Amino acid sequence: MSTIEKVPTPPPRKPWAPTPIDRAKTAGILAAAIIVSLAVLFVTPLSGKLAFAAVFFVAYLSIDFVVSFAKAGRAAAVDSVFRGLVTTAIAIAVMPIISILVTVWVRGHHGLHWTLFTKDMHSNSFTDPVGQGGLLHAIIGTFLLVFVAMIISVPIGILTALYLTEVRGRFTRPIEFLVQAMSGVPSIVAGLFIYAAILIPFTKTVNGIQGSLALAILMIPTVARTSQEVLKLIPEDLREAGVALGGTQWRSVALVVVPAARSGLITAMILGVARVAGETAPILLLTGGSGTKNYNVFSGSLGSLPNYVWQAFSAGTPESITRAWAGILVLLVIVVILFTAARVLGNRKVGKK
Amino acid sequence: MALESEENQGDEMETTAAKNSLSDITAARLQKQPGNSALGVGLEARGVHAWFGEKHALSNVSLDFWPGTVTALIGPSGCGKSTFIRTLNRMHEFIPTAAMAGEVLLNGEDIYAPGVDVTKIRLKVGMVFQKPNPFPSMTIAENVLAGLKLAQLKVENKDDLLEECLERAGLWSEVKDRLNTHGGALSGGQQQRLCIARALAVRPQVLLMDEPCSALDPGSTLRIEETISQLSSTVTIVIVTHNMQQAARVSDYTAFFLSDGGPGQMIEVGSTNEIFSRPKDERTENYVTGRFG
Repeated sequence: MSTIEKVPTPPPRKPWAPTPIDRAKTAGILAAAIIVSLAVLFVTPLSGKLAFAAVFFVAYLSIDFVVSFAKAGRAAAVDSVFRGLVTTAIAIAVMPIISILVTVWVRGHHGLHWTLFTKDMHSNSFTDPVGQGGLLHAIIGTFLLVFVAMIISVPIGILTALYLTEVRGRFTRPIEFLVQAMSGVPSIVAGLFIYAAILIPFTKTVNGIQGSLALAILMIPTVARTSQEVLKLIPEDLREAGVALGGTQWRSVALVVVPAARSGLITAMILGVARVAGETAPILLLTGGSGTKNYNVFSGSLGSLPNYVWQAFSAGTPESITRAWAGILVLLVIVVILFTAARVLGNRKVGKK
Repeated sequence: MALESEENQGDEMETTAAKNSLSDITAARLQKQPGNSALGVGLEARGVHAWFGEKHALSNVSLDFWPGTVTALIGPSGCGKSTFIRTLNRMHEFIPTAAMAGEVLLNGEDIYAPGVDVTKIRLKVGMVFQKPNPFPSMTIAENVLAGLKLAQLKVENKDDLLEECLERAGLWSEVKDRLNTHGGALSGGQQQRLCIARALAVRPQVLLMDEPCSALDPGSTLRIEETISQLSSTVTIVIVTHNMQQAARVSDYTAFFLSDGGPGQMIEVGSTNEIFSRPKDERTENYVTGRFG
């Protein structure tokens, strides 16, 4: 009869982690693929970085396939090639984004100057040296335009989503179709619509609210569709529980469904804001591009970051082009801040106060 | 303690229910005629049919539920048990293609009569669902009192009601120190008892339970069954269950449902003893002895 001996706890290991031999093999495949690619480029008329990347891609996957096949058979080889394809796809998807961010930083940071955030352009021209004038007016303008667009479109978008998921009235199908179709509307169309419907017949001049209306048209489908997807994820059980406790549908939606979907709805709102923050076409048509600070969205030309960037590029001198890149950089940073804020707000636990 | 809107009615109901329950059960068991409604019945289904679109899901069910008793509905999957209890508090109509026929009388009045306020019906006939579904955005205390908010009821002392409901659901001692934390941190069984407490907070006359233990482990199931036994003196309980032992343990009456490929029907109803020991119908006997289903 054996007794249970006290064995000291062994240190945690990861027996499934790649061994040094595995790592060496991966490095070997990589090296072999590079050599093969260089050789192919040398003997064939193919040349250049793009050709190298393409040949390397094919060579790596083939060598990987052969090595895996020899080691573990066909299924493992296919698995390995699939992993290679997925990695390549994600690299191709991420590369332009990183490239954009790097380019914007490299070209824009020369134009960063503290006066950007304290001054406007009312007494300067875009061709003045960096450090004279700034884009405070454009930041204010963009905030106002997007904020007003948000106030208009978020309630409409979320109510539309509630109609589609909760009320499920007779027009659910056609409205769902319209919302989907509208999310593909080019921004210039929204701009021209407001131009024809409001600017020409009524105001006959540029102002901020027209731009906000055009942005709202672009935002509503994004907010509505994202909210709809979020609301669809709320289990049917919760709706039934709310109604089974003697609530009307409205109270059940307001007290149970919407709070349960809160963080998703905030995300929907932010996606809408991100959709329009950098929109340029409707802004150029409708709001004008004043270089002076304007806090009134209802009258007067309103500068904005996209408009500032467009004007600066059009001026065409080295100084103005540096200003344009700096403007893009500021716009990007603002969008990133908005996203982060929304994430933090959306993820905060409701119970914590 | 009583809800303002139904102050007198609710109190009366409870005391009558408590008084009647014992004598009713005894009388009914002596008579062995649970279908006899001469004693006065809280909830009666009369010739209830149910459809989903073209599909006839439930055919001609008449069944009385005695105040202060537990009635178990048993039968194989797809026999219309759940559909039936959802017609009892008008949750059936929540499904867009649903239709029904027949009458459901609550205290003698048809809940499907024109002009009836459906939210009032659901206040009197509460429901506990198959999967525990506490409201994720609310704390334990908020969950229990959610019905008051949803139905816009006023109550004099919320803390008393909160404690009373959690106590009746057998959960008070386990959560009294964390009433303001989220219900999601509770175990499945605790969540289900939280849902029972939530249903009790609006003082229902009848509590419908749709397989309340099917997602729970045996220990939690036992706790829920104890809760059901304790509740049955004050609330009429209708429980759908796939677990025949459970039906035998908790219920006073049992109704056996079966579908022969067509719409589900109620084959037999009687006191639980009778159904499990001397069923009249051969199909009931086959089912309760485990020969099929």
